[in-house]
Amino acid sequence: MQIDLNGEGIATGAGTLAELLCERCFDADSVATALDGVFVPRPLRAVTPLHPGARVEVLSPMQGG
Amino acid sequence: MFYGFTPASRLMLGTAGYPSPALLRDAIAASGAGIITLSLRREGGEGAGFRDLLRASGCRLLPNTAGCHSAAEAITTARMARELLGTGWIKLEVIGHADSLQPDPFALLEAARVLCAEGFEVFPYMTEDLILGERLVEAGCRVLMPWGAPIGSGQGLRHAEALRAMRAHFPDVPLVIDAGIGAPSQAMRAMEMGFDAVLLNTAVARALDPVGMARAFGQAVEAGRLAHEAGLMPPRDMAVPSTPVLGMARLG
Repeated sequence: MQIDLNGEGIATGAGTLAELLCERCFDADSVATALDGVFVPRPLRAVTPLHPGARVEVLSPMQGG
Repeated sequence: MFYGFTPASRLMLGTAGYPSPALLRDAIAASGAGIITLSLRREGGEGAGFRDLLRASGCRLLPNTAGCHSAAEAITTARMARELLGTGWIKLEVIGHADSLQPDPFALLEAARVLCAEGFEVFPYMTEDLILGERLVEAGCRVLMPWGAPIGSGQGLRHAEALRAMRAHFPDVPLVIDAGIGAPSQAMRAMEMGFDAVLLNTAVARALDPVGMARAFGQAVEAGRLAHEAGLMPPRDMAVPSTPVLGMARLG
């Protein structure tokens, strides 16, 4: 299905947020996730299904003031 | 001082915009800062090096919600930061204007209420409005962070008298001047006025020599605090001779 990952449209075979992180080779312990603007805690990623057009954000600590 | 944590230094340093990671690392060390700020951004593969740098700094981490323009965005960002960093500390920024980067007091209060209720320890970036400060304290904030001037402007304490009134109005709430500081003298002035700490970024990151400037700010903040504790003399309208007149010879 087509989803939006960190602002880019991609095609994914992943069914859940956890599968998406695995498919895209993210270090799952070093990122935080949000689906459609809502925080998804780590334990819920495996039971959080994706849907066509989902907006997924995968964030990590970066420089900031 | 800050939710039960007392840093070794009253300078808080931002980590953005340095010419290189090595200069950032050295600037943190030279500043003596015990608390550094960071953001949450899209993971693009370069995050590992920065995470190592954060760990090696030994500093307490204060994640921010920079760039958020709504309470909902800021709340989501804070929740993500807490999971990532294992801290309930959050520098809460909800920006109202894209050009001035002025905080939106209404959305800020809304977000602060939600986050405090969820157990976050909120550092709200705010204007120096006294009523807003009272509402934030009522919401559960135990620190307030009024701006000195717009972020990155380097203008110093643009509303110094209003900040002085705020200091007097909240004698028991830790107050941090956040943003707008461009020179060590401005940071020192804030400390002389009795503010508990200063948070800055651009003035160090964009200096010709960030490490040297970090050291200068560290010393200015310390000197300003010492001056505040020592008690500044009140200004006078007229001259008062410092050398005693008693015992002066008649030579004319």
